Amino acid sequence: MALLEVKNLKQHFITKKGFMGKKTIVKAVDGVDITIDVGQTLGIVGESGCGKSSLARSILRLAEPTSGSIKFNGEEVIGMNSNHMKMLRREMQIVFQDPYASLNPRNTVRQILEAPLIIHSLGDRKERRDLIESLINKIGLRTEQLDSYPHEFSGGQRQRIGLARALALNPKLIIADEPVSALDVSVQSQVLNLMLDLQQDMNLSYMFISHDLSVVQHISDKVAVMYLGKIVEIANVEKLYNNPMHPYTQTLLSAVPIADPMLKRERIILQGDLPSPSNPPTGCSFHTRCPIATKECSEIEPVLEEKLTDHFAACIYV
Amino acid sequence: MVRRITSSPLTLIGLVIVLIIIVCALFAPLIATHSPTEVNLQSKLEAPSTSHYFGTDEVGRDIFSRIVYGTRISLRIGLLVVLIAFPIGTILGAIAGYFGGGVDQIIMRITDVFLSFPGIILAMSIAAALGPSIENVMLALAATWWPWYTRIVRSSVLSIKNAEFIEASRALGANPFRILFKEIIPNSIGPATIQASLDLGFVILAAAGLSFIGLGAQPPSPEWGAMLSNSREILRDAWWAATFPGLAILLTVLGFNLVGDGLNDVLDPKQR
Amino acid sequence: MDVLKFVAKRLLLMIPILIGISMLTFAISNTIPGDPARLILGPKATPEGLESLREKMGLNDPLYIQYGRYMVGITHGDLGESTYSQGPVSSDLIRYSPATFELTLFAMMITLLIGIPFGIISASKKDRMADHFTRLFSLLGVAMPAFWLGLLFLLLFYLKLGILPGSGRLDSGMSPPHHITGMYTIDALLTGNWTVLLSASMHLILPGITLAAVTIGMITRMTRSSMLEVLQSDYVRTAHAKGASENRVLYGHALRNGVMPVITLLGMAFGHALGGSVLVESVFSWPGLGKYAVNAITYLDFPAVMGVTLLIAVMFILVNLIVDTLYFFIDPRLKHN
Repeated sequence: MALLEVKNLKQHFITKKGFMGKKTIVKAVDGVDITIDVGQTLGIVGESGCGKSSLARSILRLAEPTSGSIKFNGEEVIGMNSNHMKMLRREMQIVFQDPYASLNPRNTVRQILEAPLIIHSLGDRKERRDLIESLINKIGLRTEQLDSYPHEFSGGQRQRIGLARALALNPKLIIADEPVSALDVSVQSQVLNLMLDLQQDMNLSYMFISHDLSVVQHISDKVAVMYLGKIVEIANVEKLYNNPMHPYTQTLLSAVPIADPMLKRERIILQGDLPSPSNPPTGCSFHTRCPIATKECSEIEPVLEEKLTDHFAACIYV
Repeated sequence: MVRRITSSPLTLIGLVIVLIIIVCALFAPLIATHSPTEVNLQSKLEAPSTSHYFGTDEVGRDIFSRIVYGTRISLRIGLLVVLIAFPIGTILGAIAGYFGGGVDQIIMRITDVFLSFPGIILAMSIAAALGPSIENVMLALAATWWPWYTRIVRSSVLSIKNAEFIEASRALGANPFRILFKEIIPNSIGPATIQASLDLGFVILAAAGLSFIGLGAQPPSPEWGAMLSNSREILRDAWWAATFPGLAILLTVLGFNLVGDGLNDVLDPKQR
Repeated sequence: MDVLKFVAKRLLLMIPILIGISMLTFAISNTIPGDPARLILGPKATPEGLESLREKMGLNDPLYIQYGRYMVGITHGDLGESTYSQGPVSSDLIRYSPATFELTLFAMMITLLIGIPFGIISASKKDRMADHFTRLFSLLGVAMPAFWLGLLFLLLFYLKLGILPGSGRLDSGMSPPHHITGMYTIDALLTGNWTVLLSASMHLILPGITLAAVTIGMITRMTRSSMLEVLQSDYVRTAHAKGASENRVLYGHALRNGVMPVITLLGMAFGHALGGSVLVESVFSWPGLGKYAVNAITYLDFPAVMGVTLLIAVMFILVNLIVDTLYFFIDPRLKHN
């Protein structure tokens, strides 16, 4: 059953240069459709600047979406009044990328974990204390560490504290915005495995955003590839990694190192930089860097179509 | 942190000065050798001696005792003015920085107007309008001082308002009030607090200046600025009457300055 | 962007500030406790007399009408009547402002001549004797009550040693030079009146140095910290690395960028000097705006106080505009965007 259903979501930012400057519209998210089922993980991959984080923030309405529909448990989130929205926030939470910026440096871990409970007036003093203690144990830290400040922890520990804060309200969905990108590789797998364990225990759904394809492969059931605010390919993790259809996905995957020196593979190297989302190319937005682009690509805007069973891609040559 | 403060000799000197002033204010009756206001024409215009450490003025009042009692007046002015101006400025600055938009525009244009007067001039005209008294001088100084905090706090709020821990708080459903007071303000008042500790000295200096031109404390109050004003009449005969009250002001301002600079060195990572 | 466009834009931005200033001064004027009509007519006034005077003075009109009248007055140079000098405040301001201008400009000159070199020396000799001495000196300057320093100067150089004059702008009996700018030193210089020039200069020394003490401290500190920042920057380290001499690094590479930010502080220093002039002028009986304002306070002459306040605020804004324009000329980055 679909827990989260996003349809044609758009997030446009208007920026103005200077006092009388010209307005430019940045289409950070430009018509995204995704669904996440209960207990499932949807991975979102793409280069930095492709709109992954904006997508996360607009689903949570941390930035107000421009248009589209977000249904959580069948309820429309966009336009929901603030009381209702506050209730809904107990159901979906976020974990951030930077373990140093995501925790208030002036609060102890106890205060950080208690905040969600106070905001939603949950439990009395004792119940809150018990809950906080069980939370901190769940993420593998000790009760004595509750009265320490964030700077006394390592990056991986802080990230787990951030996870504990997100879990405090017992949510159904956690949106993780590059949760392990700032961590050492050895620590990354600890945090990923913790997330997988918690998913089992608490029947969580994840939307897992990353630019690292192997991390996404490890944790996801389904993967969506984003380019300039749009989804260009979406499929089950096996299908997508074994049979990438969109040329962009193919280039991304060709850059992933493989732990087998015997296996030879052609590497496709992306030409040029990511175009500015305020001035995206016409037609297929990838055509400026696509190895197989033709004249048609700059004219026809491809739509996301089911090319194989449960395997969607947006390219006129697939 | 305490060790880092005390490791700088200048900061240590500042702390000692501030401590001496506080002790003088708290125990003035024990430290003063005479009454601060009692007139004694037999001993007028006496030079500093063992019975009058800093000499006497034109009506025989003991200048040392007056300076000791004066610490009470000056400290009270400094503390009250900062205690009024700091919260007002901080809250307005946090609101302007966090909410942005029209509110920000309005608040910042108002601070621009206040800051386009040299501080002492604005305080002078407000105090003159309200009428000469210490309380009015305090009001006038508070009215002049708050925009500085607004500016400082606003810019530090701008630097943290998009921090992920603020977003986390919003994602948890915290209301703006909670975000402002629990997340934003505690993390952005550092620089303003340093400014406030410097300002304790500068407020005392400004108040003395206003008293000097007749707006603040009125004679026979042992306020340092008023004492200096009074000393002008007897400058030729009694250098001590002009020297010591000014020295008291200088040391007080210096003390708070050194402490503020010390705090700045400790809290500002750039200087470390 | 060219300079004219820059200045025009800044002038445009000044308008709301000037309106704000007029609103603030109007608000202050309206906080005077008591009824102005009763103040004029005295305790024996009849209710009818009070009422008709209030009506005549427009005190019964709504506040925005009173403010409108005030604004119209200001823009026509009407700042009310001084009860002390019995004349229009505006002509008093014209009479007294050259003296204040002369004093503050002189103080700023001393500030730059002393403050910037001291800051540079302090930074280049960081943590050595010269640095410690300069820092102590600037620290004392910033904490110094100028009016007290003035009294000490009077005591020492005028009363005890008798080598410098202690009050006024000229020796008694000397008549001022032909009025050109109203600043005696400059007018004397322009008319070649050397005895007056000498006397006027001597009179400027004590109040000028007193007024400069605080701003010297400010500028020295700013120059020092800005120079230190530049001296630690990569391009200065590169200059060292390629073998440039100590002096070449200091004057050839660091100086320009180190001193530039100090210019932005000049406006503030000038404002400080303008504010300080109120106190210093009253110590040295310097017949400028400050002395006029302090006299006005003593005689409860409120229109005069507000006139000075308004004028000094406008002067402060203009000085800041000049400083910004200056900076625009000096900093190449501003011209290109």
